[in-house]
Amino acid sequence: MHREAAIREPLILGHKTYKDITDDVVGPIINPAPRPWYILITITGLIALYGIGCIMYLIGTGIGVWGLNKTVDWAWDITNFVWWVGIGHAGTLISAVLLLFRQKWRMAINRSAEAMTIFAVIMAATFPGIHMGRLWVGYWVLPLPNQFGSLWVNFNSPLLWDVFAISTYFSVSLVFWYIGLIPDFATIRDRLVKPLPKKIYSILSFGWSGRAKNWTRFEEVSLVLAGIATPLVFSVHSIVSMDFATSVIPGWHTTIFPPYFVSGAVFSGFAMVLTLLLIMRKVMRLEAYIHVKHVEYMNIVIIVTGSIVGVAYLTELFVSWYSGVEYESYAFINRFSGPYSWAYWIMMTCNVISPQLFWFKKIRRNLILTFILSIVVNIGMWFERYVIIVTSLHRDYNPSSWGEFHATAMDIGIFIGTIGIFSTLFLLFARFFPVLALNELKTILKSSGESYKNDKHH
Amino acid sequence: MANKIYHVMYDDDAKLLNAAKHVVAKGIHVKEVYSPFPIHGLDPVIGVKRTRLAITAFMYATMGTTLALAGMYYFMIYDWPMNIGGKPSFSLLENLPAFVPVTFEFSVFCAAHGMAITYLLRNETLPGMPATNPDPRTTDNMFIMEIHTSENGMSEGDLESLINETEVLELSVKTFE
Repeated sequence: MHREAAIREPLILGHKTYKDITDDVVGPIINPAPRPWYILITITGLIALYGIGCIMYLIGTGIGVWGLNKTVDWAWDITNFVWWVGIGHAGTLISAVLLLFRQKWRMAINRSAEAMTIFAVIMAATFPGIHMGRLWVGYWVLPLPNQFGSLWVNFNSPLLWDVFAISTYFSVSLVFWYIGLIPDFATIRDRLVKPLPKKIYSILSFGWSGRAKNWTRFEEVSLVLAGIATPLVFSVHSIVSMDFATSVIPGWHTTIFPPYFVSGAVFSGFAMVLTLLLIMRKVMRLEAYIHVKHVEYMNIVIIVTGSIVGVAYLTELFVSWYSGVEYESYAFINRFSGPYSWAYWIMMTCNVISPQLFWFKKIRRNLILTFILSIVVNIGMWFERYVIIVTSLHRDYNPSSWGEFHATAMDIGIFIGTIGIFSTLFLLFARFFPVLALNELKTILKSSGESYKNDKHH
Repeated sequence: MANKIYHVMYDDDAKLLNAAKHVVAKGIHVKEVYSPFPIHGLDPVIGVKRTRLAITAFMYATMGTTLALAGMYYFMIYDWPMNIGGKPSFSLLENLPAFVPVTFEFSVFCAAHGMAITYLLRNETLPGMPATNPDPRTTDNMFIMEIHTSENGMSEGDLESLINETEVLELSVKTFE
């Protein structure tokens, strides 16, 4: 059996047995939901309904209800899109990249992080969808034979690359997540007594029986999916960044964009994972599985990616001056001193300064401060996209076209609405799905469980 | 002769692994093992071969690459070349850099879904399939080793005493004609 150094902190605290792990995860699904769950889902459900109402109004009236104008023709829509896709990236990073690196601490958080990925990508895909105006012809983005002659979609366009990237990313993440869920659904199925829930989980578990050969295949499939999801996750945000980088707008057409966007995505995604998990571990009493050490590991990822993002901001500034291109220089001077400088400085404070606080061990092991900083980081990352998009567009090459963007109630309503839909989906996940990867956690119990490590029994 | 199926239950993965080694050393064939999580090191003991699913993933990926390139050649070069800002629209090779992202994404798409579907079919785990684990506890904290008497020349008494040498928790026997 794999042995782990004694000085390494245990990943599962207390004297847990295999049965305890099952009880701790399956218990909340079988027992009636606690009152706070009903209160929370009512609130998020109302916000979600408001968002859906705003979306219906937008589709019915046209995208003129957004604050877009001739100069700033992309603003909150694509900001929200990039923000949500970025948040999704943490789930795949945790489940795929950390699997390849054999990081055992990922096992307590991967299931919920992947769920977050899937919900975040759904929210992201909403924005380009509704921005089309006519959502019902959304399938025109696919290369389908059509009645308009030999008209095909343009494969030279990064916007089409995005269609392929996002749909591949969404469907592969979903499959990866579900394959991991099948054995855990089987565990719930075998625990349940009431016929209807048992039937439902029986269908969901696909008749999984846990044979030796099934497990061999399971591990192989997980490993190979992780292997292909790893370049996929890097490619997705690279392609999102190319939506901007392949254009000729000052402040957008820079080669630094792909790595800068990918690290920004992981940065914001980890912050969102922390925001959700710090609440979830408390409400669902998972403190033994997701504890201070896990939070510390995630905060270290936040320092690394946050620092990469900080260096990228400074590099952008330096290159805009060093390039000698006056339009480029102007774009950046305008960013930090123009009409949107408030957004720029919010971004700088939240994304460059705040993650550096995690160098202090006391701060990165403090759950309340981590929770606050995780929200600060997500605000900062939203403003990063807003700054890149709106400040670059609002000053055209032609000064007579200069303009400004003002968000309307629909811009705000739809954005807040997607947060509501996302939270509602996550709450439903937490209520009905196994929130920890049971089968994976059980494999590390003996090597990383507290009571086994310290030889208290066995 | 009636075939008897022995379901030998253990409450620990290490106990099952030791037991499997013990009975296999005596020439017994372990037909199947049911466990709540993968037991590392078990496969070579009970003679489970390495899966070839990774190879299928490579084949599906190759199929995806071919399809994506053939499709883009047909749409963008052969059927309706579009002049967009003077970018090359007359040869696949010169237009190739712009086709890399979609080729990559589509290869990953085919590899992941192809392999996942193959996995589900090979495992016989599909929506609505009935569960076949002999005891519901094997998805929780119990580990079962299945031995068929018809595959082993040993007499039932000898087999049972061999099983009892291991740290067995429960033993259930089913008879099939």
